[in-house]
Amino acid sequence: MIDWSPLLLTFRLALITTVLLFVVSLPLAYWLAYSKARFKAVVEALVSMPLVLPPTVLGFYLLLAFSPNNAFGQWLEANLGLRLVFSFEGLVFASMIYSLPFMVHPIQSGLANLSPSLKEAAYILGKSRWTTLRRVLLPNIKPSLLTGIVLAFAHTIGEFGVVLMIGGNIPGLTKVAAIAVYDEVESLNYAAANQYSLVLFVISFIILLLVYLFNGGHLKRFWL
Amino acid sequence: MMKLAVQKRLNSPTGEMLLDVNLEFERGQVIGLSGRSGAGKTSLLRIIAGLFAPDQALIQFDDQVWVDSNRRIHLRPQQRKIGFVFQDYALFPNMTVRQNLEFALKQGQDSKFVDELIDISELGQLQDQYPTTLSGGQQQRVALARSLVQRPQLLLLDEPLSAVDQEMRKKLRQHIIALHRQFDLTTILISHDQDELKQMADQVVVLDAGKVKQIGSPESIFPNNTPTQQFQGTIAQIEQVSDGAWVELVVGTQRLKVWVSTKQAAGLEPGQKLSLQANDSGWLVK
Repeated sequence: MIDWSPLLLTFRLALITTVLLFVVSLPLAYWLAYSKARFKAVVEALVSMPLVLPPTVLGFYLLLAFSPNNAFGQWLEANLGLRLVFSFEGLVFASMIYSLPFMVHPIQSGLANLSPSLKEAAYILGKSRWTTLRRVLLPNIKPSLLTGIVLAFAHTIGEFGVVLMIGGNIPGLTKVAAIAVYDEVESLNYAAANQYSLVLFVISFIILLLVYLFNGGHLKRFWL
Repeated sequence: MMKLAVQKRLNSPTGEMLLDVNLEFERGQVIGLSGRSGAGKTSLLRIIAGLFAPDQALIQFDDQVWVDSNRRIHLRPQQRKIGFVFQDYALFPNMTVRQNLEFALKQGQDSKFVDELIDISELGQLQDQYPTTLSGGQQQRVALARSLVQRPQLLLLDEPLSAVDQEMRKKLRQHIIALHRQFDLTTILISHDQDELKQMADQVVVLDAGKVKQIGSPESIFPNNTPTQQFQGTIAQIEQVSDGAWVELVVGTQRLKVWVSTKQAAGLEPGQKLSLQANDSGWLVK
């Protein structure tokens, strides 16, 4: 029987990452959808970087930044008591950056595709930006929100390089299912590797299938 | 009394254009805003609503100043007492007809008024339906009703009837006029339709390339459907402006202000009889 802790850890990581990422991405996507600032292109490029950057590069820089041997890592540890290398907190942070475009892009595109007159109509009816966002904009981009949430969740399940660089392979702490598969193969334990792989395969398939069924092809737009 | 002095540089398909409009009119009127597309009608309406920032403006409604660039006053759309009906109606798809109207209520406002508006607009049967299930004319009535929930003083309509069929158009014109009277509104209406303007507007303002080209009663702007739109008048007054002249004509019992280019204005003087012919770009002096 396989050790279930890597799988549980994977889903705990994906869940926490998705929730935090949603909170962070909403204002960011809103700003990207409506801002006319000149440096918007820079922010858009940065948000999209995890799509093209090898995860090891991302992991490497995070490792450098968070290392207790460096100023920022020391500051984090001294002031917030956070050690972000080889810890679960570090994995959450790295995952959030790694999955950022998968949450931001669908929400941004959903907002940008809404008729601008909806927002303007709400303003003219005396509603604040917050009320307009909560009661008019978000309810009308539900498919985009679902897509963002599910993609961020699924993408976090699938991460490997970043975790390996910044989390290592500590059982129960940073050893997620993807790492466990690699670990089992390394020790020629193909049966266990297969069981982990199969679980990930089936669950990922079900998640994506559900999204496609809910949104009726809506997802396609965000896969390039 | 509404005062409107607006300047805004616009990028039109034909290059940069200066929207430069100076208007004043009494409250309670229906003002028709006409002119070719790209003349700046919608931009002007959006500036009045506060959805679009002018470069320089003074907008005053009765004694309330909405915009005064010199005093750095610029009220947000939320703070102006306006109703706005968008060309695409902008009904919230996630709310039913009734919910669209209720959403518009001010905090603490009595929701009985929503019932009243649903009644007046004959939306009783439709109140629990979602906007996507409604016809164009029905959506239009919902949008109108919603724009009145907050009891605005100024109602802005951006080509309100362009997307409904001829039959419905006639009914809705009467409906809009009835609401205008019942709620003591001042209404600014963008329209291309001469019949519509004749039936609804007290005054018509014709914009061309960002400037006011003609102001007057609909009958004087669109003289009775003579095919060539040609008529004679006597010049009452000529007012020189930077790039042309305003010529005020007495045509029968009507007075009509016509803008002519500097070239055409040369040699004109009050008392002279003048024959005018309409062409695409304005009036041709003969």
